[in-house]
Amino acid sequence: MATIALTINGKKHSLNVDPQMPLLWAIRDVVGLKGTKFGCGMAQCGSCTVHLNGAPIRSCVTPVSAVANKKITTIEGIGTETNLHPVQQAWIDEQVPQCGYCQSGQIMTAVALLNSKPKPTDADIDAAMQGNLCRCGTYARIRKAIHRAAESSDKPTATTGK
Amino acid sequence: MKTTSTSRRDFLKVAATVSGGLWLGFNWQTADANALPLTALDAAGLADAPHNFNSFISIGTDGLITIFSPNPEVGQGIKTAFPMVVADELDADWARVRVEQAPLDTKRFERQAAGGSQSLRHSWTRLRQAGATARQMLVETAAARWNVPASECTTDKAVVFHKASNRKVSYGELATDAAKRPVPTNVTLKTPKQFTIIGKNMPNVDNKEILTGKPIYGIDFYREGMLFAMVQRPPAFGLKLKSVDAAAAKAMPGVTDIVTLKNGVAVVGKNTWAVKKAREKLKVEWEKINPDAPLDSTEGFDRQFKELLDKPGTVRRKDGDPDAAFASAARIIKAEYQCPMLAHSPLEPMNFFAHVRPDGVELVGSTQTPERARNDVAKLLGVAPETVSVNMTRMGGGFGRRLQADFAVEAAEVSSLVKAPVKVIWTREDDMNGGSYRPACRYRFEAALDKDNNLIGYKLRGVGVNVANSTREDNFPAGAVPNLLIDSHDVKSPVTTWAWRAPITNFLAFAEQAFLDEVAAAAGKDPIQFRLDLFAKAKSSPTGAVKYEVDRMEAVTRLVAEKSNWGKNPSVKQGFSVYFSHNSYVAQVAEVVQKNGKPVLQKIHAAADCGVVVSRSGALQQMKGGVVDGLGHALYGKLTLKDGAAEQRNFDAFRLIRMNEVPDVEVYFVENEKDPSGLGEPALPPTGAAVANAMFKATGTRLYNQPFAEQPGSPWKQNM
Repeated sequence: MATIALTINGKKHSLNVDPQMPLLWAIRDVVGLKGTKFGCGMAQCGSCTVHLNGAPIRSCVTPVSAVANKKITTIEGIGTETNLHPVQQAWIDEQVPQCGYCQSGQIMTAVALLNSKPKPTDADIDAAMQGNLCRCGTYARIRKAIHRAAESSDKPTATTGK
Repeated sequence: MKTTSTSRRDFLKVAATVSGGLWLGFNWQTADANALPLTALDAAGLADAPHNFNSFISIGTDGLITIFSPNPEVGQGIKTAFPMVVADELDADWARVRVEQAPLDTKRFERQAAGGSQSLRHSWTRLRQAGATARQMLVETAAARWNVPASECTTDKAVVFHKASNRKVSYGELATDAAKRPVPTNVTLKTPKQFTIIGKNMPNVDNKEILTGKPIYGIDFYREGMLFAMVQRPPAFGLKLKSVDAAAAKAMPGVTDIVTLKNGVAVVGKNTWAVKKAREKLKVEWEKINPDAPLDSTEGFDRQFKELLDKPGTVRRKDGDPDAAFASAARIIKAEYQCPMLAHSPLEPMNFFAHVRPDGVELVGSTQTPERARNDVAKLLGVAPETVSVNMTRMGGGFGRRLQADFAVEAAEVSSLVKAPVKVIWTREDDMNGGSYRPACRYRFEAALDKDNNLIGYKLRGVGVNVANSTREDNFPAGAVPNLLIDSHDVKSPVTTWAWRAPITNFLAFAEQAFLDEVAAAAGKDPIQFRLDLFAKAKSSPTGAVKYEVDRMEAVTRLVAEKSNWGKNPSVKQGFSVYFSHNSYVAQVAEVVQKNGKPVLQKIHAAADCGVVVSRSGALQQMKGGVVDGLGHALYGKLTLKDGAAEQRNFDAFRLIRMNEVPDVEVYFVENEKDPSGLGEPALPPTGAAVANAMFKATGTRLYNQPFAEQPGSPWKQNM
């Protein structure tokens, strides 16, 4: 066990955990934020995607010790029900979710894509999003939502939380 | 997370206790009170507690309408669709409707399950009556106040009008009095043309909670003091627990208990990671249940399938004289089709919360069948089912896997042993090696054509693993062929198989519709015209019982032919498939074009007749999602067994379809006024054959086995 300092959504946490504990379980079980999902545990499905200093990572294979003192952003950090991120809004406008379980990971990947490529092509979207599985098959609406978010005048900017 | 102030649901629980009329008592300890939208209802005092009209509806004096959705939400959209039906007959203002998931309550609700695409079909009239009854009570209350006949009153968006005297009153103002009125027994339902909410594109009611990461899934549920558990289950089918050395695991940090279950060992502790790491330290010995029998493998099943298909099986349907027809045939076409097992792979792995207390059992989690969970847990613990409560969370998919209750029973077993609230979590590997697979099946089809290329004889023989009847003997083309024989075999195995989205038909439809395409080609007929001729026969001179509606089969076929410009563009190679399953009719046309010298699946058209479309956005999702699911598993899905254990344990080896592999899917509905049937399943079965038939036109190669990507000549093969 070790004491590890994490900054999640702008808030500092000090966790006393196994340094090898994946960031996913630190976020879910120890910090208590449940929006980051467990799907495979081996970086195959993307449900656990969070941002590390703005870049998307798979929290299920990232030891918590590797991100000590770094800035983590989870789905809870990009927008709230009353103040949605433009990508979340686009997901609502396109009515993307079916079961919804993968969608926080999809959104985190999409937000990172749009930050690096504000006007992505279909090929850009394929390349960025193919690491995120959706078992319900919402892929077409995800694509439309990303294009919609790109077109919205409200440019997505927030990735580092508040 | 702790609740620091009274949450919305806490409030409702209190309100329920005080008013005595409300029954709602779902207390989410994890709910973040500040994050939940504060509504006028919350702001209202206890004196203004909403009034309960029936099991589905309560109305607050502020006009806010709460509709309780009794069936589990697995992504099929029922939590949006059911309330839409109630709200339409109620003439509610949808913008002022709040939807709450009801817990299991067999006294108030019927068939609280998500499976077989049956929810809307079963509940359609009940939901409408619930809405219409409450509306009638509100109208009668307004009429009495105004001293006018109820028949002169109209309703719209939660307001009662008396146009002759230019008066109006809101449902909220009427709620207190209306809820006390006698419940009318004979209400008039709307005609489909009067619907104002049904058929519209209403968004999923949980969208905001889903997209902002609220703890709404079973795996998210947390109770203060709750322990986490992982279970070491048998590593292969056919094994049982022999001995356990738990010393090393018990010594791991964060571990509180290690308990032996009926056929497994549970490691219990303070968080998921702690119990996962500790489980790796268990030293468990297993032994064969039957020492003389080898553990089952896919290879062995394949051998048995081939042997059994040469032997007569249990006859499921026999029309005319099939042997005579085949003896007199000018031509016989014969083909065999095989599919592997599949894991369900909902992205939320299996998990369940249980708290077994002396005074009762609390269950919370993702289940498609809460009643089965309750009854199985009651049986395990030897308690009355009434002492077991089940609250349903939103599910991260199910696809049939959550129609079982093994994971809930296991959670209850662990909780009863450690005497604490427990959440059992499965890893993906646990899930994929844990059984309940789509049964592997093999089919042999034979068709007899006379000298004029009429289909005079048809035979189907099926075999599968623990499948009972692998055929659907009354499905098309039964009824359209004068001589028909359908029989089947079953291979028994310790490997557990189970309903997987569109049970049996998920592969049978491919085999049948691919075979009919081959027969049409042999007969020199256009594949759609070939079907239309058979439909005509089933109508004009049916053989035996016809258990599908021929007109509806024909209507979806003609619709998809028209929308896809069937046969009009020679550079687009089209494949057709039509199937009736789970009470709905779906026809599909897949399109393959040449790109850079390679055949590429570009588009799938799908036409459906599911009766009245209730929730249009959700219906489109079920259609498109079903097609993508059918395509993905036809292309890549494969779970094989060696020595009783799965050879694929996670998504690195068990391949699921990804965004870059999905073609354009366009959906069309037959617009009619028939009672709705479901859509969770019927879109999936026809996809494989539409795709295989289009690929045949493009390449001349027939695909007989799934996954397509592993078949010789398959254009997907090089992509592996």
